Amino acid sequence: MKKIKKEKSVGIVKTEYYTFAYPPNELILESGEKLGPITLAYETYGRLNKDKSNAILILHALSGDAHAAGYHSLNDRKPGWWDIMIGPQKAFDTNKYFIICSNVIGGCKGSTGPNSINPKTGKPYGLSFPVITIKDMVNAQKHLIDYLGIKRLLSLAGGSMGGMQVLQWTVSYPDMCYSAIPIATAPYLSAQAIAFNEVGRQAILADPNWKNGNYYNTNKIPSKGLAIARMIGHITYLSEESMHKKFGRRLQDKDKYSYKFLTEFQVESYLHHQGDSFVKRFDANSYLYITKAMDYFDISAGYKSLVDAFKNVKAKFLVISFSSDWLFPPSQSKEIANALRKNLKDVSYVEIKSSYGHDAFLLESKQLTILIKKFLNRISKEVMGKNA
Amino acid sequence: MLKYIRYDLKLIGDLIEPNSKVLDLGCGDGTLLEYLKKIKNVIPYGVEIEIKNIEKCITKGVPVFQSDIDEGLTDFQDNSFDYVILSQTLQVTKKPYKVLSEMLRVGKKCIISFPNFGYAPIRFYLLLKGKMPKLKFLPYEWYDTPNIHHLTIKDFYKFCNDHNIKIIKKIFLSYFKDKHIKIKLFPNFLAQYGLFVISKHATL
Repeated sequence: MKKIKKEKSVGIVKTEYYTFAYPPNELILESGEKLGPITLAYETYGRLNKDKSNAILILHALSGDAHAAGYHSLNDRKPGWWDIMIGPQKAFDTNKYFIICSNVIGGCKGSTGPNSINPKTGKPYGLSFPVITIKDMVNAQKHLIDYLGIKRLLSLAGGSMGGMQVLQWTVSYPDMCYSAIPIATAPYLSAQAIAFNEVGRQAILADPNWKNGNYYNTNKIPSKGLAIARMIGHITYLSEESMHKKFGRRLQDKDKYSYKFLTEFQVESYLHHQGDSFVKRFDANSYLYITKAMDYFDISAGYKSLVDAFKNVKAKFLVISFSSDWLFPPSQSKEIANALRKNLKDVSYVEIKSSYGHDAFLLESKQLTILIKKFLNRISKEVMGKNA
Repeated sequence: MLKYIRYDLKLIGDLIEPNSKVLDLGCGDGTLLEYLKKIKNVIPYGVEIEIKNIEKCITKGVPVFQSDIDEGLTDFQDNSFDYVILSQTLQVTKKPYKVLSEMLRVGKKCIISFPNFGYAPIRFYLLLKGKMPKLKFLPYEWYDTPNIHHLTIKDFYKFCNDHNIKIIKKIFLSYFKDKHIKIKLFPNFLAQYGLFVISKHATL
């Protein structure tokens, strides 16, 4: 048991659920298929003000969930995934703003996904779950925001796939986004990133326990495949420099080579640990579906160009990248910022110096906090007046 | 909000048409662009490298791009801005020629201001003391000055002439006893600062 410092944490929080899109009003997906009913898991922190003008939507990355801040119980070892950024006096200051974090469809953390029960069959969807896109995730979240009675979000923020959702929101629902903070993201997933996703998926597909996605009622899950997928993912989230600093060539718990195929180097041990712990909290089919959604993401699809895609956005943007991120490199964030500028939108672009690679958006809190705080201060003054 | 605007910033403000698109290179804390947005309703963008300055721009609501102007302006298309401004920054760039030609490519008009190294007290300082000039308006020691490309007003004329650059307007200034004075005679000798509006000559 621990004591949670009230001035630094949102404290004990609870995941909530909203279900909608009951047949015959299912959500029409980008693929043309229908999905419903849909449940979205979400959490909120802080208080919604009277005119509902202080709401900020946080969007999570590939393996994230609705639990962005605080603790579910006093026994929790770790707080929510973006606790360094969300809380009293933090970047997303819960004394001032009403923070919403919504899980994505296709996920396995309480929202409708391949491991949910298909009401038509009474069995888990498995591979009969339709392929979803970033746009579908956003369209589902729109129902949640409507349900919460919020007409316009003060801001939206997210890193990586969360940043893709931020961009999609501003394009799909321009009137609902007053400002936006896409972090360490891209206007489309690069060939290199698709390649890594595909290797991860193939590892899952090659696992004999995967059984074409029908493993829910067996006592074996494709844990080997999912763990390998996560290990590959983790390599792409770090940088050469951060790996060197963190592990170097050090051996784990020994100082001599064993001349056997055992886990010897610290970096190997780290990756195995990441893989093994991921398997306990994530569903392999969800990994397939969500990485596929990222692969399909191209905000300019259906438009003449990226510039054209942003023509009607109304949000004011703060685009942030990290210097050592090679999975979503600064050049891709710059592409977003330049396309917005060519439309004469209010946009600023910052490249934060960091050695943490793509993971920096989850770790590098100091500079990120200053920038987001100042940006939101100014935005909230515009919307709520001087008393904000 | 606009407590005190440096005099040359005000002069730049007077040169700019309302509602134009303005790019300020090395925009610092965004003071000039904030001022231009307020008095001339311009569409402002700044380029700045220092993160502390960028934070100030974000506070002011001045759109800013973090970039090194010595690397060129590759993100900006030809003639995409009505004005590109380089205020008191030319002498600190590593590649002034590259910066100027990039400005002329991106801006229909360019506004440049710089300290004049031909200013009389500087000449006498070097002549009589035999040391690198250190004056009120150039207060640095030779070893820690940000100014790495000193030039005179005459140098700038020659540069424009050699590179087929059109000088649209020129203003010369000196700062005496807390007041700015426009210098009309012998500017290369009497002015502390030169301010030029230039553009590329229409290709024939």
